[in-house]
Amino acid sequence: MLSRVAERLYWMARYLERAENNARMIMAFNSLALDMPRETQLSWKSLVAVTGMEALFDQHHQKADERNCVKFLMADGYNPSSIASCIKAARENVRTTRDQIPTDAWEVINELYRYILEHIDQGIGKRARYEFLNEIVGRCQMLNGLLAGCMSHDAGYDFIRVGRNLERADMATRQIEVGALQFLDGWDGTETYGGLLWTSVLRYQSAFQMYRHNVRRKVSGPLVIRFLLQNEPFPRSVLHSLSEVAGALGRLPRNEIPLRTALQAVRHTREGDVDALIRKEDVILFLENLQLEIGELHEDIAETWFPVYETA
Amino acid sequence: MKKNKSIDWKNYDPNDFYDELIAAKGRPRAAATAITDYLGNLGSEEIQARQQAAELAILEMGISFTIYSEGENIDRAWPFDIIPRVISLREWETIEQGLAQRLTALNMFINDIYNDQNIVKDKVIPKYVFANSKNFREQCRGFTPPLGVWAHICGSDLVRDKDGTVYVLEDNLRVPSGVSYMLENRQLTKRVFPELFDNTSILPVDDYTNQLFDMLASISPRPQDHPKIAVLTPGIFNSAYFEHSFLAQRMGAELVEGADLVVGEDDCVYMRTVEGLERVDVIYRRIDDDFLDPEEFRADSTLGVPGLMRAWRNGKVGLANAPGAGVADDKVIYAFVPDMIRYYLDEEPIIPNVPTWMCVNKQDQEYVLEHLDELVVKPANESGGYGMLVGPHSTKKQRTEFARLIKKNPRNYIAQPTLNLSVAPTLCDEGLAPRHLDLRPFVLQGVRTYVTAGGLTRVAMRKGSLVVNSSQGGGSKDTWIVDEEN
Repeated sequence: MLSRVAERLYWMARYLERAENNARMIMAFNSLALDMPRETQLSWKSLVAVTGMEALFDQHHQKADERNCVKFLMADGYNPSSIASCIKAARENVRTTRDQIPTDAWEVINELYRYILEHIDQGIGKRARYEFLNEIVGRCQMLNGLLAGCMSHDAGYDFIRVGRNLERADMATRQIEVGALQFLDGWDGTETYGGLLWTSVLRYQSAFQMYRHNVRRKVSGPLVIRFLLQNEPFPRSVLHSLSEVAGALGRLPRNEIPLRTALQAVRHTREGDVDALIRKEDVILFLENLQLEIGELHEDIAETWFPVYETA
Repeated sequence: MKKNKSIDWKNYDPNDFYDELIAAKGRPRAAATAITDYLGNLGSEEIQARQQAAELAILEMGISFTIYSEGENIDRAWPFDIIPRVISLREWETIEQGLAQRLTALNMFINDIYNDQNIVKDKVIPKYVFANSKNFREQCRGFTPPLGVWAHICGSDLVRDKDGTVYVLEDNLRVPSGVSYMLENRQLTKRVFPELFDNTSILPVDDYTNQLFDMLASISPRPQDHPKIAVLTPGIFNSAYFEHSFLAQRMGAELVEGADLVVGEDDCVYMRTVEGLERVDVIYRRIDDDFLDPEEFRADSTLGVPGLMRAWRNGKVGLANAPGAGVADDKVIYAFVPDMIRYYLDEEPIIPNVPTWMCVNKQDQEYVLEHLDELVVKPANESGGYGMLVGPHSTKKQRTEFARLIKKNPRNYIAQPTLNLSVAPTLCDEGLAPRHLDLRPFVLQGVRTYVTAGGLTRVAMRKGSLVVNSSQGGGSKDTWIVDEEN
């Protein structure tokens, strides 16, 4: 498989996952916002913070109100992580690897792109926002299903798997971090709304139901963090995602360096002693270290398999 | 929304033109009766629904082409008319033979030109004709590629005049495009009119990519192994990128860009893969000679592969079409193709050429300059319908300009009579109306010669227009070769 194709498949998967994650997150936050009492000011900007695009947002907006934030996260073309930009980039990557990917998958991503172009205004507006986001999540799932079911599980598919899971792990650590930053003062979840807030963090990753099945205790900060970080069977936890990355890397040729980094990140995630991270600062430091490792892993993957671009 | 789309054959009038579907007002041609009867029975709502279904399918399937306009690349949906163009199998068999005959002679000519030049020595073609051709490649002198074939893939443009005669208008031997649209058009028609395929014997076109694969495999330097085939594209911004990717996908070939390939010390071509370097046996290149190898052609090309010509001449890689094949893709050379057929094959040409005046001949030039308002003047080397003068549709100013160009560089211009291109019924904004069209069949030559069943029919969508190029507002139709006796 061509190095260039490997790179494009990897990025296609990352962008697709990013779009889906953003859609899930906005849906969950949206539902939370409806539940909160009027005097509690929920910060839509915390969602912008999760995507790591605060500086860019501030360049373009003075007011971090709901409309500006939602538009930024969903539609704005200058934000490379907006849902519209992600789907556009994913489509572009599929368009340039159409010879490798099942034709049906191309049709799905192409239709998804056209769907977003046509319905983006509904997504920004309040009334049809849920339907819009739900449709996006559904179509992303359909695409993943199509790839899983119709594409040979060879090196190309492993690059997709690596991209998807690395993005998922990265996003999960950011969501936990922003959750911790915002709510850790209500750390034990005794406040009425503290529980609601942590529930919404679970919902960002569609994890609430699975948390209930597995944890069987009230929703509290440390338990949620531990679940999202370390619950091995849950497919959107950091540990599960990084294990998937390591598994896929293990099947690729010339994999020594990236595989070593991946296994190290898996170990650090597994061994993180959440109960010992009592102070807010400790939690943040732990998560930021993990993000650095994920960044390093991406560098190793790019250096090992992707084409070298000569800079003029 | 478009109105009044129900099809009423009694009111359809092809005027004085040869119509591909209708012999005379109200009387369809034998091969076309199935489709005309069928369409005549559909109500206007039904017709509209089918046209919309086709448009939706085009968007869903992502069938597009890219045009470059005002500094931007725009991806446009493929323009498609749902009414197919029909040709009877009996007529097609003759055309098929004619195309095979033509490509055989052209390949013998190219090989002769780069080697002994017997055709010049025997005074059938004057030397100046190719000596000044910008597609003659000095780098190819004295070389014979495998099987002696230079142009493995040819797209010849056919047109039909008022009296029904089919002519070859030009032979595209460099990187002819359009075949993917021929295949997609058939997919679309199958989606839109599935019922028609039950009762009509329409020749399938789907075999093309298998034939292309086999032909490419036949020029591999390692024929005993499973050859590694790559389609070399200039990249995503090329107008035919869709097609490059389509063909790679259908053949299971790698779609590569220049930067993905490297020529090793051993003169073999390798591609950069996740496992390291992997050898490539055959390259179906979709970039022009000029950009192919910066070591031998344009040094500033970033699209090509340094050392590719060396690899090719040393027999380490197959290239289709061979570099230099474009020498025969020249409208002056074109004028000599009938002579080539007689010279190399000792046969009479099966499909005639359009009469051509060569401005480089004093006598011809005088005639052309006097009749600019009747003739079509074309530059010898352009493609895509650019830089042409269509006499009857031209202004005085344009004619003066062309007279100047011709006198300045007579070798670069030829002229042909303005043909009354045939028409076919087409759904337009105004309803059903006759529109001019041409046909581009594709011919493959390796060990064997293969001609597509039909080809890509291109339609000038504007009333009275003769320009069918998609870059200039042309549309397309599915082309049916129909066996009436079956």
